[in-house]
Amino acid sequence: MKAVRVLGVDLLITLLTLIGGPLPVATAAPAPVTLLNVSYDPTREFYSAYNAAFSKFWLAKTGQTVTVQQSHGGSGKQAMSIINGLSADIVTLALAYDIDAIVKQSGLIAPGWAARLPDNSCPYTSTIVFLVRKGNPKSVKDWDDLARPGVSVITPNPKTSGGARWNYLAAWGYALRKNKNDARAARDFVAGIFRNVPVLDAGARGSAITFTERGMGDVLVGWENEAMLAAGQARGFEIVVPSLSILAEPPVALVNKVSEKNGNTEVAKAYLKYLYEEEAQVLAAKNYYRPRSKSAAAKAGVTFPKVKTFSLKEIFKSWETAQKEHFSDGGTFDGIYKAGEAAK
Amino acid sequence: MKQPRKPGVIPGFGLCLGYTLSYLGLLVLVPLAALIIKSAGLDWAWFLHTVTEPRVLAAYRLSFLASFIAAGINVVFGAVAAWVLVRYQFPGRRLLNAVVDLPFALPTAVSGIALTALCSPGGWIGGLAAPLGIKIAFTQLGVIIALTFISLPFVIRALQPAIKDLDPAVEEAARVLGASPAQTFLRVIVPSLAPALLTGFTLAFARALGEYGSVIFISGNMPHKTEIAPLLIAVKLEQYDVAGAAAIAVVMMAAAFTLLVSINLLQRRNLHGTA
Amino acid sequence: MEPLKPSAAGALPRIDTWPRKLLLAVALGYLTLFLALPVAFILIQALAKGWQAYLAPLRDPAALAAVKLTLYAAALAVPLNLVFGVAAAWCIAKFEFKGKTALIALIDLPLTISPVISGLMFVLIFGLQGWLGPWLGGHNISIIFAAPGIALATVFVTLPFVARELIPLMAERGKDDEEASVLLGADGWQTFWLVTLPGIKWGLFYGVVLSAARAIGEFGAVSMVSGHIRGRTNTLTLHVETLYNEYNMTAAFAVSSLLVLLALFTLAAQALISAREEAGGRGEIL
Repeated sequence: MKAVRVLGVDLLITLLTLIGGPLPVATAAPAPVTLLNVSYDPTREFYSAYNAAFSKFWLAKTGQTVTVQQSHGGSGKQAMSIINGLSADIVTLALAYDIDAIVKQSGLIAPGWAARLPDNSCPYTSTIVFLVRKGNPKSVKDWDDLARPGVSVITPNPKTSGGARWNYLAAWGYALRKNKNDARAARDFVAGIFRNVPVLDAGARGSAITFTERGMGDVLVGWENEAMLAAGQARGFEIVVPSLSILAEPPVALVNKVSEKNGNTEVAKAYLKYLYEEEAQVLAAKNYYRPRSKSAAAKAGVTFPKVKTFSLKEIFKSWETAQKEHFSDGGTFDGIYKAGEAAK
Repeated sequence: MKQPRKPGVIPGFGLCLGYTLSYLGLLVLVPLAALIIKSAGLDWAWFLHTVTEPRVLAAYRLSFLASFIAAGINVVFGAVAAWVLVRYQFPGRRLLNAVVDLPFALPTAVSGIALTALCSPGGWIGGLAAPLGIKIAFTQLGVIIALTFISLPFVIRALQPAIKDLDPAVEEAARVLGASPAQTFLRVIVPSLAPALLTGFTLAFARALGEYGSVIFISGNMPHKTEIAPLLIAVKLEQYDVAGAAAIAVVMMAAAFTLLVSINLLQRRNLHGTA
Repeated sequence: MEPLKPSAAGALPRIDTWPRKLLLAVALGYLTLFLALPVAFILIQALAKGWQAYLAPLRDPAALAAVKLTLYAAALAVPLNLVFGVAAAWCIAKFEFKGKTALIALIDLPLTISPVISGLMFVLIFGLQGWLGPWLGGHNISIIFAAPGIALATVFVTLPFVARELIPLMAERGKDDEEASVLLGADGWQTFWLVTLPGIKWGLFYGVVLSAARAIGEFGAVSMVSGHIRGRTNTLTLHVETLYNEYNMTAAFAVSSLLVLLALFTLAAQALISAREEAGGRGEIL
């Protein structure tokens, strides 16, 4: 039912832009336009497919050629580059926190960005799952198994990796729900997991290599889309879905001031809006991102495992507070290591 | 022999010094000022707190110690390698000499991954060390190995021209005058090569201190144990704490700078002492 | 130790005595462990999936653009720092003046700064939140997140190498030759070209080789000022980083193997200088 509403809003907005936008001069084709989409690391496959699809759509609709350039990197670092002047028309990052940082530190994006597109400006979602070795020799089934002695867990460092923050928050949320919102118990539970972590790679990719190539660890905690990619590419691994996980919502936004300066606000807006259309949703599903559209996964031929999720808002209120309580200097994560409760 | 002569015989002093100073001013001092002003944006108590946290101190210790050991390894073995590459004829000499600079040119992430693969228990090197109970990857030993690799070219490249410049006739004279090979080495060769050796060490040490890309793969990044200082800078930047990152960097720079200046002073005193 | 021979370049000794064999063994062991093995591993990984998989990432236009940008930055950084290095070494090695130690230390300074921070310094100056950023933005001039910023960061990180290579060498050689030359009536340029240069050419050569290698391989500083726009502001090392982050390890190793070609450049340049040395001999001034 959400998808229906999205499509409805979409159609309306499309109609409005068609009527309200400057009509292309009938005789000459409009001048070609270039967009820069600044994104985080694992989205390259998806956006290179989507950019081609959108260019085709836009050319057919307006007669204008649009070239979309891509920049990929760590989510926080990308946001920092935009704050310092990287001329991005569009951002598609891993965390809302990073887009909020752009709003606060540079004013290039107008406040209230999340409400300007459907679903909190997150056209696709993902969640946190486990990747284990074939046959699941340590019989890992849920978060509790990660804190069990003798199970070795690979996750990146939440201080440097956005993905690792989702892992951490997923475990914390699970423990809170299980222990009737007892924060102390949640902390001990998460400390128990980190006691089993032998290596804290700086990024999600480093962790994946440590787990798959170096053969370290019994479980890799990470994005579902990356786990599905790894399980699909290399045999020898299988996915385990925990009983409860977090709904990871990678947001997108228009960088108002930059696109205004570049004179391509209209195309940039259409680019973001088209992400919610069925064609884009199918592409997202093909790249193992959970589409908002109910029908897209089936059309892409991808089956997503059923998983119960909670949103970040339900448990941590906002990224701002989650960041402050858990990951900033002196937060709970630092506390776990300070107290020497983690791996020796 | 190297005492200052009448000033002004050799021309070009004013031009060269002027050019050197303006170039350094524009490219080094101005950016540095930007950095220091940024870190001064922190109030003093917070600055002190940032740079003296136990976790930061542990990282400083590891960074300085591992860089020092890595530079030391490169001085000892790099000197032998430079000597052999310049003085002896053997098959593959030219090729070997040409690949010495590759640790600089290779992307750090790739070097890091390659070294980790070699040193992890299943790798070529790690596999040999594992039966002896030695773990390399994800320990401080791994950090030293990575730093040795990325700073390898300096000592060899600094020594090669100096060794080429040594006059074998001097060594020969020493031998003819009755010096033993060891005496010739210690009294004749080492003093001539000392400035270049020190330069090589300095450069290798400084480069190792700042290295990030390759180390983070092999170190495992465990807080208090295998975390290097540049990683903490990255952590600060990830939290949009530019001033905090600048503070850690400024302290590292000041420490390294003091060390380098003392090495330079030592070198100059020695030069004058032997002249 | 060495056979009695005139000091001019002659045949190098063979490895015939025990000390020589030992030295060679130590040198080869060290170079194998710390240099040859990692490089070999990278080449093997690059070819692990066959020639097709090896060549595909090299044909990617983004890789080509990255090669061009890398060469542009190196082509700017190396000559600039070469001229600077010679000028700095000339005044430091041939003259006595107050503050010399401080000057040498200043030249070393860029080395002591973590590369990420080197990049950050330029962001603090030219970035939108920095000193010149708003003005530059108003005039549509791009320094960072564009080629000039990348070149600037590269110049910064490679600044000390030529100077540091030359200073000990020139100091060790003293200044008697130059003084004699000047007293005999040569002007400054003649003295430099005919007296100084032949004696320091290997130092100069290795300084250039080090700078070039570092310029090509620099990651941390460049990554701060690049913006990582595929096909536009990615240097070769940044492109490799991107490939790695896309789980495309074979491609990352394949593109890295291109950098091994640098060794060919070193080899060729070295052969060229050696050939000239043998043709011209040395010490003709003396």
